[in-house]
Amino acid sequence: MTISANHAAPGTATPDQAHQEPPENALTEAVKKFGITVEDYMLPARHLIQMVAPDGTLNPKDQQGTEPGHEYPLPGDEELLAAYEQLVVGRRVNDQNSALVRQGRMAVYPSSHGQEACQVAAALCLSDGDWMFPTYRDAVAVMARGVDPVQAMTIFRGDWHGGYDPLEHKVGIQCTPLTTQLLHAVGVAHAAKLRGEDTVVLAMCGDGATSEGDFHEALNFAAVFHLPVIFFVQNNKYAISVPLAHQSVAPSLAHKAVGYGMAGERVDGNDVVALLAVLDRGVKLAREGSGPLLVEAHTYRMQAHTNADDDTRYRESAEVAEWRAKDPVTRMRTYLTGRGLLDSAGEERIAAHAEAVARTLREGLGEDVPVDPQDLFRHVFEKQTPQLKEQSAMLADELARDAAATASSEEAGK
Amino acid sequence: MSPTITTSSEANGNVSAATARAAASAAASADASGPQPVTLAKALNTALVDAMSADSSVLVFGEDVGTLGGVFRITDGLTATFGEQRCFDTPLAESGIVGMAVGMAINGMRPVIEMQFDAFAYPAFEQIISHVAKMHNRTRGMVKLPLVIRVPYGGGIGGVEHHCDSSESYYAHTAGLKVYTPATVADGYRMLREAIDSDDPVVFMEPKKLYWSRDVVDLASLRASYEEGTTAGLGTEGRAAVARPGTDGTLIAYGPSVPTALAAAEAASLEGRSLEVIDVRTLVPFDDATVCESVRKTGRAVVIAEAHGFASVSSEIVARVQERCFHYLAAPIRRVTGFDVPYPAPKLEKYYLPGVDRILDAVDDLQWED
Repeated sequence: MTISANHAAPGTATPDQAHQEPPENALTEAVKKFGITVEDYMLPARHLIQMVAPDGTLNPKDQQGTEPGHEYPLPGDEELLAAYEQLVVGRRVNDQNSALVRQGRMAVYPSSHGQEACQVAAALCLSDGDWMFPTYRDAVAVMARGVDPVQAMTIFRGDWHGGYDPLEHKVGIQCTPLTTQLLHAVGVAHAAKLRGEDTVVLAMCGDGATSEGDFHEALNFAAVFHLPVIFFVQNNKYAISVPLAHQSVAPSLAHKAVGYGMAGERVDGNDVVALLAVLDRGVKLAREGSGPLLVEAHTYRMQAHTNADDDTRYRESAEVAEWRAKDPVTRMRTYLTGRGLLDSAGEERIAAHAEAVARTLREGLGEDVPVDPQDLFRHVFEKQTPQLKEQSAMLADELARDAAATASSEEAGK
Repeated sequence: MSPTITTSSEANGNVSAATARAAASAAASADASGPQPVTLAKALNTALVDAMSADSSVLVFGEDVGTLGGVFRITDGLTATFGEQRCFDTPLAESGIVGMAVGMAINGMRPVIEMQFDAFAYPAFEQIISHVAKMHNRTRGMVKLPLVIRVPYGGGIGGVEHHCDSSESYYAHTAGLKVYTPATVADGYRMLREAIDSDDPVVFMEPKKLYWSRDVVDLASLRASYEEGTTAGLGTEGRAAVARPGTDGTLIAYGPSVPTALAAAEAASLEGRSLEVIDVRTLVPFDDATVCESVRKTGRAVVIAEAHGFASVSSEIVARVQERCFHYLAAPIRRVTGFDVPYPAPKLEKYYLPGVDRILDAVDDLQWED
């Protein structure tokens, strides 16, 4: 079944079908400009937005999935080359981190292997003053946003829950409780709007997370307060083992947008050109005051949920192979090479960059970081409580006695 | 865009802009001068007005807090005085309210949010437990969350189911949250101002049955002493109050149970027993020193709370006092709490709630014959 965005004109609606017109704002302005109905603007285009086909060739304009109100200009060459570089780095990061887990250097790593186009586009579409709210699977996006790779991986290293300063980088914590971070994105955008700042916030989650209540509350709050938040759903088809069909029977996740009074769009999540085209325009419109946007990227989690998961229990290898042919890195390399934008010298330079990042990760995660037991108490509150001071002293005493006992037994052993 | 909204200069200090002072006309009109009977509701309302006047990053939002002024009228007049950008209604979604407040606090604001009733806060539990309580620790203090979650709580108002829970133990049990609960009108004002000025997140539990109780206070002088006193570090956080001095035994209470404990002490005095009443005020951080000083002096103690006794703040208080004061005790510490049953229907709550007689029975049990 093809879900069409073609609806009867508002004038033909019977009284009991009459809908509430949204308030006059930038969105209705946009709708007027495109000459389509509000619903047609809010509903995703009839087809997935795809600019570069899996074989690396540019789709003819009429096959890019666009239609009035859903037209996306091709990003500039410079942005595309930067994106490709980050794709290669991102793939190397994913593979390096998986190796570090196998070597026991990290507790766990939820890899975004296969989803690198989404990761890269999420970071590159934002300006310096903008915010990103990632999940635990978005380390590559966090790094592409400029966070130090080792600091981005600290969450999985085992010595603390996070490594970077969210305020410095305007990147939220890599959030584990599903979709709770979408509301934080809404709050950051709301505060910025109240101060008259033109901050745009990109809030990331996966397909499974759209079942959570906070997904609903965040989209509704963003729409009601007309906030510049882009909800970016990486539909990678699985929530650990549970396929999308068990999460939602909506025509698409992007179709949920219209229920909140915001626009939604579906995009090929393995086509970084299309992702950048859609997200760049989304960021621009949000900054201009058109309110929130829901973007669903169709991608695929090529590896298991984490190293602790066995994906052969719930999916066929043929399905994985099918997606391997749609690989985002290969696709972009073929496209850029075909356009003469990428040559072997460029490839070598980018590969060297990726290798340098991998080396940084190996070195940073390979070293044994000393932990300070007193850190347990240091950061619970801004203003320390007497009870925690007492417990901190108790632990210090325990450790001092342990150290003294060790020292005296060593003395005795001499 | 309101030109008056700036960023808190206190928390998350990488953001610019100084605290905007003034707009004090609202505060000035909020109360007449001199001591007079004031309700707890009015004191809380005045604290909100003063905090919003003092710092334009203070925002109030929740359900029905705007035009209506809150179902208990605690936010009455704030939207009219400060505008819809500073005090506003949200969609009806508690997790959304807390989650959005987290984001606003990350981005320089000091949100003061209202959970309409104790039991209506439960949808927000994940945001409170997993983020409000943990953000500071998780980020090694790089991200502070200076937000206040106001929770009208407790029974005694003839409320129907889900409107009378004593939910303080859930929050007190969670590392990373501070939990305040005032019992007097003056503390209502002081403690809410302190909670709003705190860079740590505070769950502010308001005993709803005391909203309309009155004390004679001078709000203008409370304001002046608070604004002078904060710099001197003389706060209520972690400082229990001796609500009534005594020598023979100690009644330890908080929030809605403090007036009940005072009434019991008064009744006991007629029988010749001098009971000291301690108002805990902040459950987290807990003031071991004041409580233990009293118990060491009197040698006997009863802990009083509306909440179920099992695995509760009252059990924690008994454990702490016993650990610290064992050799001073003439009798085991007793508790008078709600029974371990779901909060009862209005016609049954008088059997459930700790009352003067039940407290006096517990006091009688403190082995006076020894």
